[in-house]
Amino acid sequence: MLRTKTYHKKKILVVFLGCAAVLFFLMGRLGYLMIFKSEYYSEKAQELHERERDIKAARGRIFDANGVLLADNETVCTISVIHNQIKEPEKVIEMLTKELELPEETVRKRVEKYSSIERIKTNVPKEVGDRIREYNYAGVKVDEDFKRYYPLGSLASKVLGFTGADNQGIIGLETVYDSVLQGQNGKILTLTDARGVELEDEGETRLEAIPGKDLYLSIDVNIQKYAEQAAYQVLEQKQADSVEIILMNPQNGEILAMVNAPEFDLNDPFTVEGSENMTSEELQDARNQMWRNGCINDTYEPGSTFKIITAAAGLEEGVVTPSDSFYCPGYKIVDDRRIRCHKIAGHGAESFVEATRNSCNPVFIEVGLRLGVDRFYDYFQQFGLLQKTGIDLPGEASTIMHKKENMGNVELATCAFGQSFQITPLQLITTVSSLINGGRRITPHFGVKIQTNDQTQTKILQYEDQGRILSESTSETLRYILEQVVDGGSGKNAYIEGYHIGGKTATSETLPRSANKYISSFLGFAPASDPQVIGLCVIHNPQGVYYGGTIAAPVMKDIFANIFPYLGIERDEIAEESSQH
Amino acid sequence: MNRTKKQDMTMLLVILFLISFGLITLYSTSAYNGQVKFHDSAYYFKKQLFAAILGSVLMGVISRMDYHVFEKFAVGGYLCSLALSTAVLFFGDSYNGSKRWLSIGPLSFQPSEFAKLAVILFLAHIVSGRKKKQTGIGTLIFVMILILPIVGLVGTNNLSTAIIILGIAVILVFVSNPRYLPFIWIGVTGVGFIAIFLSMEAYRLDRLKIWRNPEEYEKGYQTIQGLYAIGSGGLFGKGIGQSIQKLGFVPEAQNDMIFSIICEELGLVGACILILVFLLLIWRFMVVATHAPDLFGSLIVAGTMGHIAIQVMLNIAVVTNTIPNTGITLPFISYGGTSILFLMAEMGLALSVSRWQKESFRI
Repeated sequence: MLRTKTYHKKKILVVFLGCAAVLFFLMGRLGYLMIFKSEYYSEKAQELHERERDIKAARGRIFDANGVLLADNETVCTISVIHNQIKEPEKVIEMLTKELELPEETVRKRVEKYSSIERIKTNVPKEVGDRIREYNYAGVKVDEDFKRYYPLGSLASKVLGFTGADNQGIIGLETVYDSVLQGQNGKILTLTDARGVELEDEGETRLEAIPGKDLYLSIDVNIQKYAEQAAYQVLEQKQADSVEIILMNPQNGEILAMVNAPEFDLNDPFTVEGSENMTSEELQDARNQMWRNGCINDTYEPGSTFKIITAAAGLEEGVVTPSDSFYCPGYKIVDDRRIRCHKIAGHGAESFVEATRNSCNPVFIEVGLRLGVDRFYDYFQQFGLLQKTGIDLPGEASTIMHKKENMGNVELATCAFGQSFQITPLQLITTVSSLINGGRRITPHFGVKIQTNDQTQTKILQYEDQGRILSESTSETLRYILEQVVDGGSGKNAYIEGYHIGGKTATSETLPRSANKYISSFLGFAPASDPQVIGLCVIHNPQGVYYGGTIAAPVMKDIFANIFPYLGIERDEIAEESSQH
Repeated sequence: MNRTKKQDMTMLLVILFLISFGLITLYSTSAYNGQVKFHDSAYYFKKQLFAAILGSVLMGVISRMDYHVFEKFAVGGYLCSLALSTAVLFFGDSYNGSKRWLSIGPLSFQPSEFAKLAVILFLAHIVSGRKKKQTGIGTLIFVMILILPIVGLVGTNNLSTAIIILGIAVILVFVSNPRYLPFIWIGVTGVGFIAIFLSMEAYRLDRLKIWRNPEEYEKGYQTIQGLYAIGSGGLFGKGIGQSIQKLGFVPEAQNDMIFSIICEELGLVGACILILVFLLLIWRFMVVATHAPDLFGSLIVAGTMGHIAIQVMLNIAVVTNTIPNTGITLPFISYGGTSILFLMAEMGLALSVSRWQKESFRI
């Protein structure tokens, strides 16, 4: 047996030293990779591992004055499949066909399609989504999303508005307060394995979604409901085209109800009746028509209700006093025109108060003429009729008025009793509110406060008065005269025993006059001495009797009778006593 | 010649440490792949544990035997490995496109792993048995011709293992020959041979391009993912079990690329300690080889040293993209039952030699 020689040992040592040298070199190489290139490689690795996912933020809710929920979010699910993660395609197809109630071939096509992720169905109710999740089939994904939901269906539809697929407001308050209601989407940065499956144990970087802020409105669901009911009733009875009712607090402009009958279903805002034969353009027109808020988007000739404004201007300017006497022969000649009173026989001798009770056109023409174009126009402007009300709803229509330089006596005369110009119903009620509340121009509004979802922060929305437009004393005189209108005058159909209601009726003929279409309206407020609520009812194209005093005043009477106790407006113990100022 | 009865304790402890560390790392690294492929996170671990236990028993038994016993089987073992390597060409099972496994009942077996051990024993026997003083170039050529069949057979399906076998042979011949100059020539011809070999087929040249710029080639994926893992580790690593690259990013992280996961989890410090542990083992091999009572024992341990050193060096060099990618496992740690089993047997042999140390030693 050979013995180990010295050179063997030397050579073994050489081999060892060689290996040691190589290993030290490799350690150096590792040091280079793990210290100097560490940042580069770890960043690349991080990029590879991270997946970014959006967390949808819930849209802010909308509440009425009593905290009743008007707009909420419901959780809906989006069902999708990830092709290369599916293990049992047949079972998946069968399950999805059954749960989603889709035709099998549709599901099969999508499941078998080779794509990274294929959406099967969106807006799936949460219960169905949960059921699908419980099957726990590989490759089936259930993502949750929010969908706007309106618990009260069509209530105040044209005021609230609705949102589109991207959760953005399309009309109404949803549009105006979109930036408030919109939340901020959050983000999840998760680490995933090579198949894209999230790692549960790894800490995820989470940027929480911030839910949108809640909006509280001045609308009172109880009042809105009652007003809607009344509107639908008269709509049906008179077979009218539409009925608008606005109820508001004249002191601060808070709107308690705004009805545009017929309303539409906020949870199904795109369906139009009889849309089968429409072209897409016609369908869009029909939808826009359906969504239109007549109270603010459309103008009309206010007619006799505007006499309140002429009276205010005349009284303020001192060209007329309540006791001034007039004579109505049934017409008034202005320049070369003979303008008729609605009572052809004429009202005869009457005071200004009586003329207002009678809604006598010649007297108001006379007051207008006494003011003259310049002063009448100045008051028109001063009262705020030429500017928009500034309501927190989109698409407010501007007043359509003669240009001052084109206004002659004839135009002045017609304007004085509410014809030949157009304003929105909201403009009318806002201006009258401002005239009877002591003379402060108010800003009509729905939004009262904004509150964070966790109710930790509240912002009260401020609406500054737009300044004095009428003296306190004229305002008081005006309230007294208007109370006389309801208390036995042309507005007597709105009279409720024991209450002090001021108001004015109107019957206007729409253009063209030959069509014989009318708009009947009534504007009323109470209590006359210190108005807490003001209401306007506008009936478009009623069939049969069309006088405002006959058909619109009772509607408001009915509403008033029901909401006065609710609003705490007290009834007099002694019914006969009328308020003398 | 004295028999000291006491085996090399340092070597034994290092081996046991590597085996234990290997099992822990393997479990951590393979859990994800096991879960994904076999719905059992311990799938790879259980198989490896079984092989490790069997291997430990084998190591214990062999280390208590007189290693001279195995000289009788040297030639037979070599012939047997030739037969098995031939058999695998015809009856082998493919995995990842390479025919490397022979199935015997439920067990599968990789003949190339056995071939390494067989070649070490065979060459130790041949070289130590030659009476003449081995100064001439003749021995060298003779030895090369003897192992050429096994290199060829193994190389058909497993180039990396063939290179290791060739490397072991070169080291054994180098140790047995007092001269240095011929080996420099061998080195030079070797490099030239490799250059010709590489340029012969285009795909091998591609491998070079991928090596230079792994990020620009699809086939550089494994390399790049390994580098991402290494780079993510930094100085102290992410902590045991915290690797993300093992979650499918590094393909089959429990195999050749396991060292990159060690880097990611234990950092530069941990990786260097592991390399130093391997160096410690290699150093013990050197000590045992130089203290061996006879040339046969010395050459067995020298061969073992060469085997472990080559695999560790090549594996780390590949993982760090220091050399072009070729599949070489990290001894004791990478997944592979056959590999562990024969590795432990080899360790048993080295330990057995360590029992027969000479009392005093001076170089």
